[in-house]
Parts: sequence; C-alpha cells; structure tokens
Amino acid sequence: MRFLNRSAGRLSRHRRGRLAGAVVLLLGLVAAGSLYSLLATGATSSAAATKAATTDTQVEEGRQLFLVSCSSCHGSNGQGITTTDGNEYGPTLVGVGSAAVDFQVGTGRMPMAQPGQQAEAKETAFTQDEIDALAAYVASLGPGPSTPDESDYSIDDLTDEEQEAAIVRGGQIFLTNCTACHNFEGSGGAMPRGGHAPQIRGVEAKYIYEALLTGPQQMPSFSDGNLTPEEKRDVIAYLGSLDDATGYGGFGLGGFGPVAEGLFAWVVGIGSMVGFAVWIAAHTTRSKRKKATA
Amino acid sequence: MSIDTSKVATTTSGTAAVSGQPTKVGAVALWADERLGLGTAMKKNLRKVFPDHWSFMLGEVALWSFVVLLLTGVFLTLWYHPSMSEVTYEGSYAQLRGVSMSDAMASTLDISFDVRGGLLMRQMHHWAAMLFIAAMMVHLLRVYFTGAYRKPREINWVIGSLLLLLGTLEGFTGYSLPDDLLSGTGIRAADGFMKSIPVVGTYISFFLFGGEFPGESIIPRLYMIHILLIPGILLALIAAHMLLLVAHKHTQWPGPGRTEQNVVGYPLLPVYMAKAGGFFFIVFGVTALMGGLLSINPVWKFGPYDPTKVTAGSQPDWYMGWPDGALRIMPGIESHIGSFTIAWNIFLPIIVMPGVMFTILLLLPFLESWITGDKREHHLLERPRNAPTRTALMVSLMTYYALMWIAGGNDLIAIHFDMSINQITYILRVLVFVGPAIAFYVTRRWCISLQRHDNEVLLHGRETGVLMRSVEGGYSEKHEAVSPERAYTLTARPRDEVWTIAGHKDENGVQLPTGRFAGLRERLSRLWFADNVQKPSQEEYDEAAAHLAHADHEEHAEIGSSSEH
Repeated sequence: MRFLNRSAGRLSRHRRGRLAGAVVLLLGLVAAGSLYSLLATGATSSAAATKAATTDTQVEEGRQLFLVSCSSCHGSNGQGITTTDGNEYGPTLVGVGSAAVDFQVGTGRMPMAQPGQQAEAKETAFTQDEIDALAAYVASLGPGPSTPDESDYSIDDLTDEEQEAAIVRGGQIFLTNCTACHNFEGSGGAMPRGGHAPQIRGVEAKYIYEALLTGPQQMPSFSDGNLTPEEKRDVIAYLGSLDDATGYGGFGLGGFGPVAEGLFAWVVGIGSMVGFAVWIAAHTTRSKRKKATA
Repeated sequence: MSIDTSKVATTTSGTAAVSGQPTKVGAVALWADERLGLGTAMKKNLRKVFPDHWSFMLGEVALWSFVVLLLTGVFLTLWYHPSMSEVTYEGSYAQLRGVSMSDAMASTLDISFDVRGGLLMRQMHHWAAMLFIAAMMVHLLRVYFTGAYRKPREINWVIGSLLLLLGTLEGFTGYSLPDDLLSGTGIRAADGFMKSIPVVGTYISFFLFGGEFPGESIIPRLYMIHILLIPGILLALIAAHMLLLVAHKHTQWPGPGRTEQNVVGYPLLPVYMAKAGGFFFIVFGVTALMGGLLSINPVWKFGPYDPTKVTAGSQPDWYMGWPDGALRIMPGIESHIGSFTIAWNIFLPIIVMPGVMFTILLLLPFLESWITGDKREHHLLERPRNAPTRTALMVSLMTYYALMWIAGGNDLIAIHFDMSINQITYILRVLVFVGPAIAFYVTRRWCISLQRHDNEVLLHGRETGVLMRSVEGGYSEKHEAVSPERAYTLTARPRDEVWTIAGHKDENGVQLPTGRFAGLRERLSRLWFADNVQKPSQEEYDEAAAHLAHADHEEHAEIGSSSEH
C-alpha cells in the first residue's frame, strides 16, 4: 500500500508537467480503442474474427491467390493502385470485408474480364474454398462486413404466420428501396452511361444479402443501421416468394412492364389479326351451284 | 386483282324464283316485317356489296376489339370499386395481405384473385385495348397509303382521327384505374404535364384532382370518364363512321370492270355476314388466348400506389410511348420570369408536340387536296407508289413516331443491347430530325423507281427468266407481254396534274380568283408531283405491244440492252 501511495505520489508530481496532458490523452485513446475493438469484434463479428484468427494458413493461402489474381489492380497489399494522372486503377480493399470478396468473386464479377462501366457477372473461376481464403485474406487487411451465415437470410426457422408477415414486409421494403433501379419484378434496369442494375431474380440469397451489405459498384450500401438484418432477410424472402409463386396471368413477358406488352400486342396481336384477315380474304366465297366451266 | 367470277352463281338457271313452303324462320320474319316494316330497308342493305381485300378488314379488327372491350368492361364494372378510401387488403394474394391500399386497388386484386374468371377478363380487357388502338392505327395507315381519305371521305378521316385520339385517352384513363404503382406513377406524370401549361396549368390540375394531387376524387372521376363519357362518344363516332362508310360505299382497287361509279365484290348477306361475323370470333379468340396465356399489367407485383415509390420500367402503354419518348430525349430547358417557371422540357414534348402532330393528322386530306387542287370524287384506290410524295410523307411521319417509340423504351434498349442510355438519348436527339427527312427522300425515290418498273413491265413485258440463244450465239432474256387485265390494272390511274395559277380557270376558260397563298400553292404542287412517272400513252403502249408480239418470234435484245430498245 505504501508502495502504491509512493508511486501515485511520484506520478502525481508530474501531473502539471508539460507532457502530462498528451500522455493522459494517449492513454485514454489507447484504452478506448482497445476496449472498442474488443467489444466491437465481440459483438458483431466474433465468429469471423475467431475463424480468421484460427486459420492463419487460410489467410496465407488467400494472400497467394490474391497476389496471382487480384494484385495487378488492387496492389500487392490490397492498398489499391492510383494511376499517374490520379485516377483509381483499382480501389483499396482495406476494410471492404469478406462479404464484398465473397460477392464480387463468387458472382464472377471479380476478377474483371475487362475494364468497363461496370463489372459483369460471369462464371466464377474459383472454388468456394479459394473464395473463402481470399475473403479471409482481405478481411485480415482491415475490419469490414463479413460473409453472412445462412441463418442471417433464411426464414425457415420462423412460423408460417411469421414467414408470411416477413414476406409482406419485405415486399413493401423492396418496393420502397429497390424497384427504382431493379424494376418491380427484379428484372433489372438501366443506369446512366451504360451502367445497369442487374436482374436480381434467381440470384442466391447470400449474394443479395452481401450486395445489400456492401453496396457493390453503383449500388448504395444498405448498412445495418439503414436496413436492419431482419429487413434484409425479409426482402430476400419476398424475392424468393416471387420465384416460388405461380405465374398468375400466364407468361410474364420477362417482367419488363408496358414496353414488352406493347411489343407483344403488335407482333402477336396485330400480326395474327393481319394473318387472319389475309386468310379470310383469300378464301373467297363459293356458290353451291357447280358450273361446268369452273 | 382479278376476281374469278366463274364460281359465283349469276342466275338461278333461268327459272323465276318462287316462294317455297313457309318455314318457321320465314313466319317469324314475316311477323316482324308486317309490324316493323324493315323488309324494304333490309332488302336493299342486306345485298349491299363490299369489295374483297385483306387490307379492308383491318378496321374491322378495331371494331371487334371494341366489342370485346365492351363485353369484358361490363364484367369488370361489376366488381371494381372506384374509390380511394383506405382499406386493408385481406384477399388471397399473400404477399400483399395486411397492406393498406385504396379500395380501387383492393378490388382490382379481388378481381384478379378472388373473382372467378376475373383475371382472364382483366387481361382480355387490357389486351383488347392495346389491339383496339393498334388496329385503328394500322387501319389509318391503310386508308392513307391507298388514298382512301380523298373526297368524299375527308369527314370520315376526321372522325377516324378523333376515334384514335379518344381511344388513346380512354386507354390512359383505364390504365390509371387500378391505382397500382404503375398507374399512380402515370397519374402523377399527367399531373405534372398539366401543371407545365403556362398560367392555367395549376388551375387545370386543381380542377381535375379536386385540390392538390392526389386527393380523393381522381379515381372516381377517371372512372366516370372511362366507362361513361368516352365510351359514349366512341360509340357515337363509330356509328357515324360506319354510316358514312355505308353512304359513301367502300373504295376498291382498280381493275377490269371496276370504275368510280360501281363497287365490285360480294353482298353483305350472306358473304360478308359470314366473313365479318367469323372475324369477330377470331378477334375474340385471339384476345382470349392472349388474355389467358400472356400476363399483362401484373398489378399485384407493382403493389399499391405510394408517392414515395417508383419502379424501373415505369412506362405508359405503347400508344402513349411516343410522347413519353419525346419527354425522355428533350433537353432540360426552363425559363424563369420572376418567380414564375415555364418548364419547356415538359410543356413542349408532352403538350405541344402531340397536339401539333394530331393537327397535322387531321389536316392531311385537306392539305393534300389544297396542294394538288384535286376536288374530284375518288372511289378507286391508288397504289402507294403512284402517289410518291403522299407515301413518303406518311413514311416520314412513321419514322418520327418509331424513333420516339425507341426513345420511350430507351432504358430497356440500353440494358438489352448493352448500350449507354446517354448515348441513345444524344443520338435520338439528332435522329428524330434527320431520320424522317432521310425516310422521306428514300421512300419518294423508291416509289418513283417502282413506277418506272410498272412502265417497264407494261411496255417491255415481264421478265420470264427464260434465256434464249440466237443462231449467232448471242443470249437474251425472253420478255412476255402482261395480260390485258394486268395492263388495265396498272394503267387505271389518272395522269398527275400540277395545280398552277394559270391553269386555275372555270369551264369557260375564265381565270378564277386565287387565294393569298397561290404562289406557295403552285410551288408545293410542283414539288408534290415532281419526278412522278406518268403511265405510257396509248400510242406508246400500242407500239410496245406490237414490238413485243414481234419479239415473240425473233429474240430482239441482247442481255443488258433490254432497257434501251
């Protein structure tokens, strides 16, 4: 106790020193920072953090894949590359999180086939294990949203009534937030300068969740503060319900609205009407009486 | 086209018609005739003759689509609630259960999911509406390209144009009734269009909506307009259109035995009763198939209207697509006078442009007869090639319309053809002016070339494809004179006469007074007929015929020189 008092006393002598304020501030910041990182990782991505920690080999494997397939644009440490005239050649990947990697590589958007207005989805060149490794490496560069679990976007564990309520809610959220670009049926729509909001029907639920979370390309990101995880899940449930629903009314004409309907009215409707008119006019009347010269 | 009359009974073999045993039908007809006296009127009109050609049946498609619209529309009125009061949807469509929406939308969902056959009726009604307007337009093009709107049928052209305009308005009001996201967006747009009219715009909008948008009145008001006002006027105008058709008698293609004074064809009863009646069932059947198999306006996917929501692919139905296209490519020009804004970018493309185009459409027959000075009656049709400027004018208008259509679907074209929506817009801003001009020039020259071809066929015969080798070893293609019927058909058209001030005289050769724009008229008339090819004269034809007959025995032309001889 005496020792403690003496130490406190010694420290106390410096309390009006010139550096005391800076030192206390530094200590406070370090304490707050460590506490935050401890609590934050513990609260939101403890699973991912522990997974990443336990799989150093996975990170290393991911780094090797990254150096071969991604580093030419994103830099060998994922720091991004800036061209000499100040343009972004490839953006930095520090802090994009594993969800972004899983989305971009899993849907084949990355690696890009060619520079363009936006990266096109295509067959992916990686196995899911390799994608996980890449994701683990990129996640190790800085904290970011992590790949969701199936429990995040599945409504299977809800009761039937809860499921129906979730779908109704999801439909309204979808119509408010998504249809302006992705169309009322998720058939996709045009964006300025050659960009486009892709078709989102028939896309795996995981990728929709990741896209909402990370906001790839021109899409705004819908953070958990913007759309809660439950709301994201509901939107996915609504889209799934559209896939499962009967095609009420028959063939849906691609779900593009009145332009496709007009095309069908002219081609199928007027086309067949003119065909029938020609047919009726070509089959002219015959009298019952057969003429000898006929 | 020559009609094979050999298969048509001309007489009843010389024996006079005698009444047979009275039948039950005959007894009923006699009973009715003795009381209504319709026999005399029917005797004449049931035997009324109509000429036979497929293109004369296009207007019928519109008529029968309208009948389908009336039938399905009556069905829909039985369940539709024209009300904007808020209700909570509790019907069969699970994805919207519990969502609050207008009664109009809820009843539309009920028609779609809970009324037996309701969705089929809704879809048939919508497809029939699309076909109704499309058929009117195709019919309009046929009438225009064949010159069937010339005297005495100008009034019927005007009535037809009004039908097209009213059909479009009827379509728009119907599109707005379900109160789903798409129709609400349409009404919202219409509100903006009205407000873009300087000075009176806001008043018109407040008057129509009964206050600020959206209010509670617009759906009931549009409903009244949709099921009562416009259909009533449409019916009256269709009746007038048909009565004038009967009064004027149908036009016909020129051919042997067909003149400006007669109509060659088949009588209404039984031939056209069967053909037209049968055609109704075909139109009904095609509409029913489309309604049953092809989804149209899936309101349940759009959800109820909410001003905070919008969807990609929000487009009007096709007949409003062209002003929508104009709106999409119009540069954003606005003027500010004090605190007052004139939105030219809305006002010009959506209020002024369609109005101007519709006026041009209405005036086409009058413009043409003023320019050509042609005041004669015409019951024989003209082939499009024989009126190159007229044909080119409409093709030019069609090109303009089509380019505007493309502009109206610019977003879908961008995603499906992997193009930039901005570039499509820039290109179309130029093309809507250049395209129609190119189309006009190309069509006109094309028509004139076809006229030359007709003369070639008349004077030098048709190419048989038979190659002949002469004794000397030269090769020539055998040409064959066309049949006299075909030659008659090809030459059954008057020579073009340019209207001139000097030629504007009465029958006694006295100069008639000319209007203030006579100079312009003369110049336009010259341009109208410039470079047209006239049919060969009788002498030219006789000489060529003699030459061809001679050539049948002795090949006369080396290959390649056939156009010079």
